[in-house]
Amino acid sequence: MAEIQALILYCSLFISLFFEVFLLITYLEVREELDLEDKHLGKNIREFPTVTIIVPCFNEERTVGDTIRSLLDLDYPKEKLSIIAVDDGSTDGTRRELASFESRHQISVLSKKNGGKHTALNLALEKVESELVGCLDADSFVDSDALRKIVPFFDDASIMAVTPSIKVFEPQSVLQYLQKIEYSWGIFLRRMLSSLGALYVTPGPFSIFRVRVFRELGGYAHGHQTEDLEIALRMQKHRYKIVNSYGAHVYTVAPKSLGALYRQRVRWTYGFLNNAIDYRGMFFNKKYGHIGIFILPIATSSIFSTLFIFGNTLWNNLNGAVDALVKFQTVGFNWHSSLPSFDWFFFNTGVLPILATGVVMLTLIILYLSIKMAEGKVRFSRGIFYYLALYIFIVPLWLTKAVFNTIFRRQINWR
Amino acid sequence: MINPKKYIVAFTITAVIFGTAIYVSNLLGQKKLEDVRAIENRVALDILSSETQFALLEETSCRDIAPGFLSKELGSIGERLTYAENQTEFNTNDLEYLKRSYFLLEIKDYLLMKRLTEKCGIKPTFILYFYSTEDACEECQRTGYVLTALRDKYPDLRVYSFDYHFDLGAIDTLVSIYKVKLDLPALIINGLTYYGFYSVEDLETMVPALKELAARAKALEKTATSTLTD
Repeated sequence: MAEIQALILYCSLFISLFFEVFLLITYLEVREELDLEDKHLGKNIREFPTVTIIVPCFNEERTVGDTIRSLLDLDYPKEKLSIIAVDDGSTDGTRRELASFESRHQISVLSKKNGGKHTALNLALEKVESELVGCLDADSFVDSDALRKIVPFFDDASIMAVTPSIKVFEPQSVLQYLQKIEYSWGIFLRRMLSSLGALYVTPGPFSIFRVRVFRELGGYAHGHQTEDLEIALRMQKHRYKIVNSYGAHVYTVAPKSLGALYRQRVRWTYGFLNNAIDYRGMFFNKKYGHIGIFILPIATSSIFSTLFIFGNTLWNNLNGAVDALVKFQTVGFNWHSSLPSFDWFFFNTGVLPILATGVVMLTLIILYLSIKMAEGKVRFSRGIFYYLALYIFIVPLWLTKAVFNTIFRRQINWR
Repeated sequence: MINPKKYIVAFTITAVIFGTAIYVSNLLGQKKLEDVRAIENRVALDILSSETQFALLEETSCRDIAPGFLSKELGSIGERLTYAENQTEFNTNDLEYLKRSYFLLEIKDYLLMKRLTEKCGIKPTFILYFYSTEDACEECQRTGYVLTALRDKYPDLRVYSFDYHFDLGAIDTLVSIYKVKLDLPALIINGLTYYGFYSVEDLETMVPALKELAARAKALEKTATSTLTD
């Protein structure tokens, strides 16, 4: 049993190291590309395509006004940009908030019975007449140059969708600061996946598509409550190219409390696992390139290896705590023998701790690059502290629940 | 469509990191065992020196046997070997060899200690302790804590611990001399065998010489303090 456990740990660490090395090699390959994007993207657009942004809302009275105002403030020709806000049967003041924008000629407001985000998006898609279409969740806001930094990618006729970089909007709580760093890691990861042609999610906040994607592949599906993941996988399955514009910044209101964060992440992880099951034919299929051969399998296995490594560490620490308790009960506390020894002999120099140190060091390097990419510079902030100190302890909470719900086929709720 | 070169490069780098981790871990493990071996060599020399000194002083008074006559490092080897047993980075054969040497050194030290107490008529300040690593023995773990705490409290107390199941003739002989049953942990104090768990306080009562050791340590401390004050 112990041998099997050690074997799984070695395999998990090998895969984690391999993935991190793979990402760093990719980063070295695209570094110059990133510099060019920084300098030139969005500056000399010859022709602005027509764009429609759909804002699906369900009980978003507090944020939807700012969301729409941020769209109206976009640095983009007004006649080329239209907005469709869809009230998906809200029970709060969302409808009233939307009504205040109805006089603007750029904005149309639709209302329907509550049916879920995908139904709101599909209703709006029926009305879209532009070349490009995107979605902006009603709790997110865009930088004024975000669209200008997305549109040039569509000069390449093979590109079917462009995703932005998502940042946390004005963090206030510990968990929001923590998520700010986590989103920086997401910005790095998405940009690297973009270079590999392996993006497997087109996030709700401001992913822009060619309208023909929906005309050819159909509208949004329920997608186990993660319609943005499902459409991306459907596009990848049909070999539609998705890229990321890391310079296009979108801000989202991150969950403030642990409960809200937990529910959101259970939904995301559950959605990923169940969509991965639906699209299992892509796994290890070289026809789909990096996403099939490497990214989808490793994204799935990382959920289980994280749980295994966490469970193992927790078990070892619990055993250590029980031993310490037995020792305390037996001989009481003694400064001389109860404190850890600083004799190097008693430092664990086994292969696993050395490998784990290697994984942590590479993680810190990637974290440094991620923050530099997201913020432009790196300085030690409270977010980094919260991220390093807390993240590892909260992730297993939602991973466990999502895996449990998937195995026992339990449905999850949006909120 | 996929360029395998990148996968090969990433795999090679990962394999090199893995290989380095295994190499470094083995190297450090070896270094640790060499440390234990070095201590064992020092203890062996100490014992040889003590035996020689004892033989030379056979005809003279016990007063000539200075404090620190016996090696102080046996406990340190024991702690290191106990730690090493629970780790995976050590070569099992090397570890077995070091344990064998350790048990033999303990027995030699014990015999010397026994002769010393008999010759000089002093109260014995040593405990023989038999534990098990094969069966789940929670009381062995607790007894280990008690004996370590006692040794911390009375540095002159000598605890000789033996793995009951270790394949060593000398241990089997000790087991048969003291008729130790497989009802571990077992402690031998003043020729009597005690089974099961005993607290620090119990053992302090069972080994009366410990009180003398404590008094001696207190007196030494007092002398040191007054010297410093003067």
